[in-house]
Amino acid sequence: MKVRVLVSLKPGILDPQGKAVEQGLHGFGFQVEQVRIGRLIELELPAADRAEAQVRAQAMCDKLLVNPVMEKASIEVL
Amino acid sequence: MRVAIPTFPGSNCDHDALHACGEVMGWDARSVWHRSEALPDGTELVIIPGGFSYGDYLRCGAIAALSPIMADIRRFADQGGLVVGICNGFQILCEAQMLPGALLPNESLRFIHKDVHLRLERAGLAFTGAMAAGQILRIPIAHAEGNYTLDQAGLEALEARGGVVFRYCSAQGDIHADFTPNGAANGIAGIINERGNVLGMMPHPERAVEEVTGGTDGLWLFRSIEGMLSKV
Repeated sequence: MKVRVLVSLKPGILDPQGKAVEQGLHGFGFQVEQVRIGRLIELELPAADRAEAQVRAQAMCDKLLVNPVMEKASIEVL
Repeated sequence: MRVAIPTFPGSNCDHDALHACGEVMGWDARSVWHRSEALPDGTELVIIPGGFSYGDYLRCGAIAALSPIMADIRRFADQGGLVVGICNGFQILCEAQMLPGALLPNESLRFIHKDVHLRLERAGLAFTGAMAAGQILRIPIAHAEGNYTLDQAGLEALEARGGVVFRYCSAQGDIHADFTPNGAANGIAGIINERGNVLGMMPHPERAVEEVTGGTDGLWLFRSIEGMLSKV
């Protein structure tokens, strides 16, 4: 089963990379109020159903994929 | 004095640490491969060295924190053993949740390598016993992710328990954001766990142990540890 994990920085965590991209966009004349950059992780994992896939992906987030000090994740079973 | 220095794929300060401990301090310095499941018998100190373990994939230190040797280093620390994580080693200790917080990319997004000044905030620790309170050290940094962060409540708790060991400062010891090279919260350069036996720091004391390479202020750390362990 395919699962997408979207890892993003928690609100309030400084994102210098997003800031740099924001300034780049301003440089091109685009209007944008904020840019935050995260990470997309695509998993292919064995699971009997969507609920099991969700549970397994959550366990992976808790163990390795996400650092709760600075990041949060949303899990999407495809 | 037996010190174990783990090497992960991508470590690059392991030999600096071996040199500082072995050649300069005259200790019995042992290199340990990351897949080893146990530290050498009689290990008294572990130094987790700097570098780019696992290419900094996912997050700095995240993969190394799960390696077999880290399980034994955690056991060693749980029994009161002394552990120092330098630079990537600090990142690994945070990822292993042996120290609070995380190291974000530098505010400038640049890799920064230069000498910085540090003010000692906690004298009397196993790692700082030979130093005086407020002592200023000049030690190099070399990192792209040294921007220490922790949620507000955690930061207040860390400060309240005296968990901050080193803070970036001016040559005179003034603390100000201008002297913090990477944007770290409260100018934090190094912290210690509650028990006082696990230290993490971004600057590289092992690179400041001989005049020929620009200074010897890093020796204060090694001499403190030696002084502490010789009393046991």
